[in-house]
Amino acid sequence: MSTHLIADTTVLTGRSVRHITRSLDTIITTAVMPVAIMVLFVYVFGGAIDTGDVSSVSYMLPGILLITIASGVTYTAVRLFTDMQSGIFERFQSMPIARSAALWSHVLTSLFANAVSLVIVVAVALLMGFRSGAGVVAWLAITGLLALFTLGLTWLAVNAGLSAKSVDGASAFAYPLMFLPFVSSAFVPTETMPAPVQAFAEHQPVTPIVNTLRNLFEQQPVGTDGWVALAWCAGILVLAHALAMATYRRRTA
Amino acid sequence: MIRVRDLEKSYGDLAVLRGVDLDVAPGSIVALLGSNGAGKTTLIKILTTLLKADAGTATIGGVDVATQPAQVRESTSLTGQFAAVDESLSGRENLVLIARLRHLKDAGAIADDLLARFQLTDAGGRRVSTYSGGMRRRLDIAMSLIGDPPVIFLDEPTTGLDPQSRQEVWSTVEALAERGTTILLTTQYLDEAERLADRIAILHGGRIIADGTLAELTRLFPPASVEYVEKQPTLEEIFLAIVGEDDAA
Repeated sequence: MSTHLIADTTVLTGRSVRHITRSLDTIITTAVMPVAIMVLFVYVFGGAIDTGDVSSVSYMLPGILLITIASGVTYTAVRLFTDMQSGIFERFQSMPIARSAALWSHVLTSLFANAVSLVIVVAVALLMGFRSGAGVVAWLAITGLLALFTLGLTWLAVNAGLSAKSVDGASAFAYPLMFLPFVSSAFVPTETMPAPVQAFAEHQPVTPIVNTLRNLFEQQPVGTDGWVALAWCAGILVLAHALAMATYRRRTA
Repeated sequence: MIRVRDLEKSYGDLAVLRGVDLDVAPGSIVALLGSNGAGKTTLIKILTTLLKADAGTATIGGVDVATQPAQVRESTSLTGQFAAVDESLSGRENLVLIARLRHLKDAGAIADDLLARFQLTDAGGRRVSTYSGGMRRRLDIAMSLIGDPPVIFLDEPTTGLDPQSRQEVWSTVEALAERGTTILLTTQYLDEAERLADRIAILHGGRIIADGTLAELTRLFPPASVEYVEKQPTLEEIFLAIVGEDDAA
């Protein structure tokens, strides 16, 4: 059976990637909202936020990238929900294929789609004056951390897609995720927040991830933030995957 | 070919199947009749390994669906209640997708062959989202035939179809049975069961309460008294006569 896993996942990933390439608007929509927030924060609020000697856009970009991922994974939930709804998911499950391929294909497609959106957002940031002297290793670390974060949120999306009763329900899980960067170090230094808010901001996953990305972009040492960020990403991934598999088993019991 | 014994399934407190017994002989068509919510789809899902039964056994070609599901999936195919086709792909791409998932060589040739068999060659390159209900159903059934599975499950294959599309689906099912495929179909249309099935099983209250050929089932009732009634054409006959069956494709 497992010999088929790679072949089947490849075939099914090809299918769902084709869904995206045939409706490019979904990727553009995913990138438009973060770009709009970036423009707003850089050109409207940017002057009022003290970002030290870093340019506004360079300061904001890490948080914007996380918002991009949080909104991007909603499409995974919607695509999976549509598959469940249309009966094609059951068709695949009734066939002699490696059954988990039906889920893995959506996960890989999510990684691909989010990578495209992130590249678009970074390209716009470059136009807006984002510059980084980060070397190859730092960029690899940035890519790896973003991929790990995407993977964790994608499994949350899989869980949402499997358990949703409507399209709206399938994407609702991501709204709190999109909100988290606003209550973190992504746009304003946490020291400026009232104590309870600051306590929350400093103990939620986005802050260490943003700090790590920012330090990598600015060629600064990542310090303990790097490990905390990794731990959050790995923790989210493990929990989300377990949750998704439990939902999957419940749906097929 | 299909053998079901004492099958039980509940959703929470709701007992849907309460000891179902059913046999389907190789190469025959059995129609499972039942009203909405009688558990027809639940039974089909158990037989196609999508659901697990709470109790009882079901075997297909001697293979147990609960203990050897992978093997059962090799020999069966499901056409679900709603046409399970990919709207964003073309008809041909849908067929190629399934052929690849069944690990068959020459997926393209298989797809072209099926498109021709189901009069979909001209529409093959178009996205399925532009297809009519009947075309979708034909494509759906064509997808189920890939790999020539000896057993096919059709869950309400004509629900929601117009009369012409129903006729097309019926001819398809009859052609399949002629090739020796074993077919279990569910329906809530009595005429469909009458037209297609070698045997008819009625699922009611979680059990099969009647099972036999149409003649056997008819004998359960008091002998028919002969009355002379002016034969009115059915609305379906009128509709088909006016619209013409020649443009069925």
